[in-house]
Amino acid sequence: MTHLDALEAQTIHILREAFACIDRLAMLWSFGKDSQALLFMVRRAFFGHVPFPVIHIDTSYEPPEMLEFRDRIAAEWKLDLVVGRNEAALAQGMSHTRGRILCCSALKTAALRQTIAAHGFTGVIAGIRRDEEGTRAKERVFSPRDAEGRYDSRHQPPEFWDHYATEFPKGAHVRIHPLLHWTEIDVWRYLARESIPVVSLYFSQGGRRYRSLGCAPCTGTVASEASSIAEIITELEQTRIPERAGRLQDREAEDAFERLRAGGHM
Amino acid sequence: MSEAKMIRPRRGKTEPGPASKPEPGARGERNSVKVVVAGHVDHGKSTLVGRLLHDTGSLPEGKREAVTEMCRRRGMPFEWAFVTDALRAERDQGITIDVSHIWFRTSSRDYVLLDAPGHREFLRNLVTGAAASDAGLLVIDAAEGVREQSRRHAFLLSLLGIGQLVVAVNKMDLADWAEGRFAAVSRDMNAYLASIGMAPARLVPVSAREGDNIAARSARLPWYVGPTILEALEGFAAAPPDTQRPLRLPVQDVYKFDARRIIAGRVEAGRLAVGDRLLFSPSGKTARITTIETWQAPARRTAEAGESIGITLDEQIFVERGEVASHAEAPPVLTDVFRARVFWLGERPLERGARYRMKCQTAESEVEIQAIDRVIDTADLSERPVAAAERDMVADVVIRARGLLAVDDYRTGPRTGRFALVDGDAIAGGGTISTEGYPDQRPLMVQKSQNLRAVSHRVSAAMRRQRTGHAGGVLWFTGLSGAGKSTIAIACEQRLFIEGYQVYVLDGDNMRQGLNQNLGFSPDDRAENIRRVGEVAALFADAGMLIISAFIAPYRSDRERARRSAERLKGAASFHEIYIEAPLAICEERDPKGLYRLARNGKISDFTGISAPYEPPETPDLRVDTAALTIEAAVERVIDYVRRNFPLGRS
Repeated sequence: MTHLDALEAQTIHILREAFACIDRLAMLWSFGKDSQALLFMVRRAFFGHVPFPVIHIDTSYEPPEMLEFRDRIAAEWKLDLVVGRNEAALAQGMSHTRGRILCCSALKTAALRQTIAAHGFTGVIAGIRRDEEGTRAKERVFSPRDAEGRYDSRHQPPEFWDHYATEFPKGAHVRIHPLLHWTEIDVWRYLARESIPVVSLYFSQGGRRYRSLGCAPCTGTVASEASSIAEIITELEQTRIPERAGRLQDREAEDAFERLRAGGHM
Repeated sequence: MSEAKMIRPRRGKTEPGPASKPEPGARGERNSVKVVVAGHVDHGKSTLVGRLLHDTGSLPEGKREAVTEMCRRRGMPFEWAFVTDALRAERDQGITIDVSHIWFRTSSRDYVLLDAPGHREFLRNLVTGAAASDAGLLVIDAAEGVREQSRRHAFLLSLLGIGQLVVAVNKMDLADWAEGRFAAVSRDMNAYLASIGMAPARLVPVSAREGDNIAARSARLPWYVGPTILEALEGFAAAPPDTQRPLRLPVQDVYKFDARRIIAGRVEAGRLAVGDRLLFSPSGKTARITTIETWQAPARRTAEAGESIGITLDEQIFVERGEVASHAEAPPVLTDVFRARVFWLGERPLERGARYRMKCQTAESEVEIQAIDRVIDTADLSERPVAAAERDMVADVVIRARGLLAVDDYRTGPRTGRFALVDGDAIAGGGTISTEGYPDQRPLMVQKSQNLRAVSHRVSAAMRRQRTGHAGGVLWFTGLSGAGKSTIAIACEQRLFIEGYQVYVLDGDNMRQGLNQNLGFSPDDRAENIRRVGEVAALFADAGMLIISAFIAPYRSDRERARRSAERLKGAASFHEIYIEAPLAICEERDPKGLYRLARNGKISDFTGISAPYEPPETPDLRVDTAALTIEAAVERVIDYVRRNFPLGRS
């Protein structure tokens, strides 16, 4: 087995555990490179099927290229797409100008909480990786959330080998993280190996590209000439710039992202 | 917008040896090794990790500057540990709360470092990190030496199956770079490792804060000629998948998304190929592999350990999540009882008699802690014979399940020989299985003859009873060697015969010299011995006789099987479990055949009570305490029981 084969086998094992053990399962899909790789592996794990709904948390501030991509893939891959929006906050004009953390909390964290409650999901698959950011480095594969969706980093269950906690108190839900053990470059190598479509925003236009995708006002580009997946891989083999360098909400305070995650952010 | 620029990696302050050189254009397939970092609180684990990242040129852009700024705001000197201690709570308390996964690379391969906590409060995080690792890096403060957590962590790494260990003897700068201090710590550590059965570790004198012997050799430790930490890490091997062991494919799920019925699971050990006949345990069903299913991948006819696969079978047998597929020649052990070493993390103590849910691969079963043999304090290896294990302790236990489980001994099948225990909703412990001392119940279950038809006798149970004057039955004695089974059985046989009973004693002499002469004393043979005794006793009883069986019969499951055999014949025969009871110490003192002495001297192995388990009956039909009663009184108890339950008289 190659390194990518081993990563894929572990991810498929986790996806199948989630599908076997969790009643009402859904997957967060942001159409970013990680969730594209993950969704492809869902189809491989279940032999061409996506046997649960995929959730898009729509902040209304994402670049149009992303929504076009969403609609194309959702149709081609026959996805059961659930779009979650915090309509109340949007109606009151919520945007990053009121504070990036406040905006993220309302349009992403709260919108996700509302969507989970509205559909009664008891498990949500999310394509986060441990190498992205410090608080994600500490995540569990099966990570319990309380009834309000909160994440308590101090009281996480032990994971003995691949035996995960799959029972939870009523009202709580679990986040399942099948990509924790992947790195950014692993994901790109996998996307290349399997010829998985990705949003064009990742590729260089006029000497800059997006390394991580998010809302248009809060996501920056990096200088790059990489215009293909192969060139992105070559670039990542040499860079020391962190992946989320372009994500402005992380920089509001030393522990900005940590506080977002404690509140239930993905 | 971000003004970040792409730059090439810099070398660290100290020139790293083999590390940090990127391979432009390198494609894909590099090995990666997971290393868990452990050690006593404040001995410098996070500092070592921070330093290792820096010295191998693996720190993200701006991280060192960010840490400098954090420290300045707190009015403290530069703190390497802040690089990895990403959570605010940790930064303020100065301890690592949870496991942090950190990636770095050398020219030869990629590493994942699991920066595990040293605070006693957070041991379950260490377990989570260590259970997923290939190797361990233990950090010890040179001045403080081997401490409670150093020992505890080394013990846990060994328990979790991590055989490769490097020990960093840290803070050599504070120990005046003294060779004598390093030698003393090395001696202590290796002595402890030897006492828990681990191979001696590679020890490296370092100063993580100063960067000595981390990635680059230190000029301040000229007396040390061994590898740096980085070179020692390069010596670790990633654990290879278990392709050489017998096939184990735990069934994870059965999918019927379309016309296919796909059995899905990960191959935990061995290999399989299309056309192989699979045996599913514990159900015992078999079928051949028709296809290995793939999706957007090349067709294939074989699969091996580590792969998550799906197969279809030639017969539509009913199998479900939790069964284990193997080849028929080398199946897992089937048992409802086994020994285990458990590391307990539960909020409530692990108690004798308590029930838990056990997860073993994909199987989940209700289990009970039948016995706690001992509790080990991993800090000093002291052992306590207690009824409960508190959190963070290790216990050797006997676990009993409601039904048969398909398991492996951890030493021969590590991936299918380990499990987690769930208390309520929470994973409360993990353990490794030892099948030593208990028989594989598979040979006892297998019905090899087919096309059996019951023959209906023309002599009824009532007619037999009319002839003998009493109902047939089995008086099944059980008890330790020396408890008095044979003495009481022989005396009862004589007394009952004189009273008019058709009675006969089955014992080791008459069974093992004939019918069972091909059996020895291994757990498997003992189980087969008792199975045959049970069947013979049942036939005699069905024929109308009163049978006294006088065997140790140490296993509860064997006695249950004997009871079922007697009841299966559906005659008037009944089964009575009689516990001939005496404490081990008294039996050993009596030692009528000198066997205890031989067992204690190691001249007999698998001796019940000494080197093999005895499971006392929970609710025997009669209890005869030979420590309290004379032989005559004990015999009288049995005779009295027989008179009440098998009244004489031709109706």
